[in-house]
Amino acid sequence: METLPQLRDRIAALFPGADVVLVTNPSPSAQHALRLDAPHARAIATFLRDDPALQLDQCTNVTGIDWPEKEVVDVTRTTVPDPAGGAPRAVEEKTKRIEPGRLEVVYHLYSIALGHGPVVLRLVTGNRTDAVTLPSLTPVWRSAEFQEREVYDLFGIVFEGHPDLRRILMWDGFKDHPMRRDYREPDDYEWEPTPHGDVLAKAKQHYPAPTPTPSAPSTP
Amino acid sequence: MNPTPFANPSTGAHVRSVRSDLPGDLMEVSMGPHHPSTHGVFRMIVTLDGETIVRLKPVFGYLHRNHEKLAENTSYLGSMPYTDRLDYLNSMTNNWAYARAVEQLAGIAVPERAEYVRVILAELTRLLNHTCLAGFLMQDCGCSGTPLMYAFREREKILDLFESLSGSRMMCNYQRFGGCRVDPPADWLARAGQLVAEYGPFLDEFEALLTGNEILLARTQGVGRLSAALAINAGVTGPMLRATGVNHDLRKVDGYGVYPRFQFRIPLGEHGDVYDRYMIRILEMRESLAILRQALAGLPAGPIMNPAAKLRGFRPKAGEAYGRIEGPKGEIGFHLVSDGGPNPWRYHVRAPSFINLTILEDLCLGHTVADAVIILGSIDIVLGEVDR
Repeated sequence: METLPQLRDRIAALFPGADVVLVTNPSPSAQHALRLDAPHARAIATFLRDDPALQLDQCTNVTGIDWPEKEVVDVTRTTVPDPAGGAPRAVEEKTKRIEPGRLEVVYHLYSIALGHGPVVLRLVTGNRTDAVTLPSLTPVWRSAEFQEREVYDLFGIVFEGHPDLRRILMWDGFKDHPMRRDYREPDDYEWEPTPHGDVLAKAKQHYPAPTPTPSAPSTP
Repeated sequence: MNPTPFANPSTGAHVRSVRSDLPGDLMEVSMGPHHPSTHGVFRMIVTLDGETIVRLKPVFGYLHRNHEKLAENTSYLGSMPYTDRLDYLNSMTNNWAYARAVEQLAGIAVPERAEYVRVILAELTRLLNHTCLAGFLMQDCGCSGTPLMYAFREREKILDLFESLSGSRMMCNYQRFGGCRVDPPADWLARAGQLVAEYGPFLDEFEALLTGNEILLARTQGVGRLSAALAINAGVTGPMLRATGVNHDLRKVDGYGVYPRFQFRIPLGEHGDVYDRYMIRILEMRESLAILRQALAGLPAGPIMNPAAKLRGFRPKAGEAYGRIEGPKGEIGFHLVSDGGPNPWRYHVRAPSFINLTILEDLCLGHTVADAVIILGSIDIVLGEVDR
């Protein structure tokens, strides 16, 4: 199989206007990835599946990842010549920036026909609140059907074009997305009708005791 | 329709009951979640036309405990015992898949002896899983008891081996990053060799009971056919995929561990029906025995753990890795994302029986309810892994 930079260049030539970025993976696994932009993702995925040299016919794994907003400190090191003529000094300049929060989906593709892989695709949402829609790749690989439902359920990424986007592991009436890093379970989560301990104390705040019905005045 | 009495107290939402407003002869039936044929807590909402299935939607999540969130809040090593509880029949292969993902993430080498021991344990696990599956499948066909008892008798012998090696029958927690926890002593290896020698005759006996059995043939042949194209596209792996005739086994494709050193064949099916899925597993057990004989004979001496591997205070550098092995149910993989901390930033399980369920509806359409039971049985699900 061609190398990932070659593949990126080929995709960029075939899909003008597509924003395809090579994401390097510094770990020893060296499983680098291609980050696709949402508008072209499904067309590129179809190309990856159908191209005779690639034939990435199996989408093995779909993972959602949450990246909350984070403060990053960039350190730039510069050497400043000493005006007095001594050895140049090294100067460290620290700048803080806010890395915006986002949600990410990672697809691991393999080719059963040609026996190569993985080719890793990444899709990123605009933010974590209102721009959380990404194109579904279920029309390309059916194996994403349940896995994208799981990502929707646990992370709250909405997959456009998914045939049946419902919760899959949590129950239908559940409100939040529990795999988000900032998820906190409601404090009446463990409500149960057994009168013991902290759970009961929490439950009392949410389920106040019924007001006692006035009893008949006792006759003296 | 009256609301179900089991409303969720935090949201007030009611679980949707089955529909009663379908046109004509259609009827919606809820199979499960508490039903002996569903192999755990699994529900199928089935729309029936008479006895024929016209729509089937699986509902699961009853065992969901957010395994992945638990793993994000514990150390890398701390997740190892939790992986036992995914597919609780096959804890040894779950351990191996997770250890392999971490080894890829951090670049940890594994000593040769440990690789051999891992192969021995993985193939024993495959024997036990496939034996149980054949027994359960017969139970689903209605042969109540006998085949399953034979299967469980043999399974118990393998579990005895696991117990004497790891201290636990099913929750083994045996693999470590860079090797295995304890070195199998010589008498353990002798007992494993004896089990392997006795397993072939057991399989002969088991097959004499089942493979040519007229009831089994009538119930399974031509039922739940899966095409190779759909199987690949839907991410189906393991014996399910090979029953459709696709030659794809990660032991050959990836050649991980020391598998390339062993001579074994990959059984392939032709029709992709329930019978092929049963037969593939029987044949795979014979190949597993061949691997076991070679691995036990060729087991080298040496360390069982990489001495450079660090277990406590383990912090892999930032990066990510997807590690996968051929589990008995299919491709079991772990996707780990590290931010350089002591806990994984993201830990995702690629559970084979979860993804193999994608095509359950396609397999069941046009068949009867009784066939849906054996189709589900032939997929070989474990709800601990599906629901995570």
